[in-house]
Amino acid sequence: MNSVESVENEANGLLQQGEHGVDQYLTFVMEDDEYGVDILCVQEIRGWEDTTPIPNAPGFVKGVINLRGTIVPIIDIRQCFNMQETTYGSLTVVIVLRANHEAGSRTIGIVVDAVSDVHSFSESDLHSPPSLGNSVNTSYIKGLAQAGQNMVILLDIDRALNFDELQGFMDVQPEADAAPSNS
Amino acid sequence: MSIDMEQFHQVFFEESLEGLDVMESSLMELQEGKVDAEVVNSIFRAAHSIKGGSATFGFAAVAEFTHVLETLLDEVRQETRQITAEIIDLLLQSVDCLRDQMSALEQGESADSAQSHELKQSFQKILDADDSDAGSVKPDQGVDSNSESSPGWSIFFKPEIEIVQSGNEPLRMFRELALLGKLETTVHMDALPSFAALEPENCYLYWDLKLFGIDISEAQIKEVFEWVEDEAEIRIESLDAESTAADEAIDSAEGMGASQLSEVAQEEGNNASVTEISKTNSFAKRESASIRVGIDKVDELINTVGELVITQSMLSAVGEDFQMDQLARLQHGLNQLAQNTRELQESVMRIRMLPISFSFNRYPRMIRDLGKQLDKKVELVMVGEQTELDKTVLEKIGDPLTHLVRNSMDHGIESPEERIAAGKSETGIITLKASHQGGNIVIEIIDDGKGLDREKILEKAIEKGLQQRGDHLTDEQIYQLILKAGFSTAEQVSDVSGRGVGMDVVRRNIQELGGSINIDSQQGQGSTITIRLPLTLAILDGQLARVSDQIFVFPLVSIIESLELQGIEVRKAAGGCDLIKLREEYIPVVYLSEVFGISSQPTSLENSLLVVVESNNEKIGVVIDDLLSQQQIVIKSLEENYQKVEGISGATILGDGRVALIADIGELIKLSGATHLNKMEAGSTTFPADPQAA
Repeated sequence: MNSVESVENEANGLLQQGEHGVDQYLTFVMEDDEYGVDILCVQEIRGWEDTTPIPNAPGFVKGVINLRGTIVPIIDIRQCFNMQETTYGSLTVVIVLRANHEAGSRTIGIVVDAVSDVHSFSESDLHSPPSLGNSVNTSYIKGLAQAGQNMVILLDIDRALNFDELQGFMDVQPEADAAPSNS
Repeated sequence: MSIDMEQFHQVFFEESLEGLDVMESSLMELQEGKVDAEVVNSIFRAAHSIKGGSATFGFAAVAEFTHVLETLLDEVRQETRQITAEIIDLLLQSVDCLRDQMSALEQGESADSAQSHELKQSFQKILDADDSDAGSVKPDQGVDSNSESSPGWSIFFKPEIEIVQSGNEPLRMFRELALLGKLETTVHMDALPSFAALEPENCYLYWDLKLFGIDISEAQIKEVFEWVEDEAEIRIESLDAESTAADEAIDSAEGMGASQLSEVAQEEGNNASVTEISKTNSFAKRESASIRVGIDKVDELINTVGELVITQSMLSAVGEDFQMDQLARLQHGLNQLAQNTRELQESVMRIRMLPISFSFNRYPRMIRDLGKQLDKKVELVMVGEQTELDKTVLEKIGDPLTHLVRNSMDHGIESPEERIAAGKSETGIITLKASHQGGNIVIEIIDDGKGLDREKILEKAIEKGLQQRGDHLTDEQIYQLILKAGFSTAEQVSDVSGRGVGMDVVRRNIQELGGSINIDSQQGQGSTITIRLPLTLAILDGQLARVSDQIFVFPLVSIIESLELQGIEVRKAAGGCDLIKLREEYIPVVYLSEVFGISSQPTSLENSLLVVVESNNEKIGVVIDDLLSQQQIVIKSLEENYQKVEGISGATILGDGRVALIADIGELIKLSGATHLNKMEAGSTTFPADPQAA
């Protein structure tokens, strides 16, 4: 099923490129920075609602919600990116995405400040992210692109929403602060 | 008109596999030298329908193979052949072979014929070996003395004029003859009257027929004309060997069938474009399995849905123009709706329920084969095969059970000599028992073998570093050791068991299903392995419990009791573990808020409740803030979009649409141990391994 789906996705992507030569990205804002995700991964955009917390989950996992009968985890990627936590309000937006991973695809919601725009970028518009050394993990950044005056950071959803990697990523930081954990 | 045969393939495979199961279990019932007609018939029927099906779908290899099988079985059925152990063995092997062929065909590969070829030769050998003496008794395939190697028959057939009026149709007889071999007909029309005198209901024609074929007996031809013997003039003569068109026309009865088949195949070939497309489609792996459901279950479902529709229309009538004075009616309607829903749910669940005999039925064969291999005499007793359980559980329990039965055979049951020396009967008994207990199904594997050797297990455990010397262990704890990975007491590794992998897999599989396994043993008397499994994986009776502002679900089956903590003394045991004494038993206490890292202002213990839960024969008391309602909950996967969470077995959606997590009691017990350990190490009261805290 996985392969079929990924083939489908690829086919969709090719179609998109074949017709326009560009991919479309949904962009959103977090702390004045603009981020983008492949619009084909976006399932829906909804308002923030209270979640059911998961015991002993890493801090960026805000809990799970009931999305028409399926249990969907909500993660706050601000926290993944080491940004300041904010309080959630009625204007907080959750983007529900479908990310592929080895065992199939997962539906995951991410909390963002606001949805901003839909941009089209072709492959040649993408700049590879600069290597920032070990301090910042750039593996889930697909590339950087310019939209008008703003720089848009395009995320590789399949990587960015991989819990194992996120977990590892989160684990790196406490270690840098010299707080060994045995978990 | 072309029919896409591919669409029926799946059904054919399923039916054939079912047929093979029937064959296998019936073969197991066959005793050497004793023929139970009913049993042989059921084997024959199964083989026959597989042959028919495979020929229809063009799986010539399978059809050919089953034909040989059938020939042998037919002789057994006619009681012209004694059933011997050799034949039963061969038949069982061919069941395996057919199964392999089926699965190969299902994968879209060609049926591997090397094995079948070998078996076919063995069958042929048996058939040929005593064909001479067996053949003479065969009533319908019997080779008449005067007919051997005759290239065919010449038949003169002149029916009486009224033959058609008695319901006999010559054309049909000719068709039947054509099935025996190649038929040439010459019609004589000289008896036809003038048109005016012609009676439409009379038969004025007569025929000269030539039937070519090597092994057609006179009796077979006579059988065709059996009903018209008195109403027609029939002369049957053998054709001479040098008779005319005998060369290429010689064709056996099966040959004719085959050539008809190839015609069908060609016809299909003409529609190649259509077939090709469907073929590529079917290459995508079929994933959805089907399930055979009794009609009574479906009827019940339809009834329930009917009632639901009535309730729905009643409710909508109430709702259309609602007045407060109709409140009673509304409530009544809602009650009815609740009942209907529950019934519907139960009927739907029942559709997924299958008797455990589906799983049990493979063991008689296995025991028989293993018994031979190990030189042990074992009898298998099955009790409660009709106990029903969920299809998914049934499928997953198959492998663990196989491991356990093999283990009982290999380690449990002794060799006949040892048994006699121990004063037991030569034949060991393995009992498979299934029963319902509450919401669980309990499967027991009981053997009367030598039992587990306590000391040996302990010795081995120490040797492997699984246990420290000097630890005091109860019998049960020792027996649980054999479930650990890498543990085997078998002196030598055989291909039956001894690698110490099996039991670990068994334990893991059973735990994945939310079940537990228990071992009880008396040295010299035998052992009993008890497996407890939930009946179904999808729905659970749950008890909602509140901790702070969160709601958790406890599986109702694992709750023993719940009590107020008020007035109960909580003692501190060494290592910071809290204990309470509950009727002569000390039970460790865990605080759910602590285990799950829920920050809450500690409600005084006085107001808290204690739920005593049990899993795997271990009890703990879980402290929660409040007990809410009990309800049936539908289990949703948390792993589908997230990952496994320790202490949580899944999630569910409550009536108000909120998500509640389901506590995994077994893991909770483990976690509670870890909590105490952490506490000891940290010497503080912080929550265990909370990344947020770091």
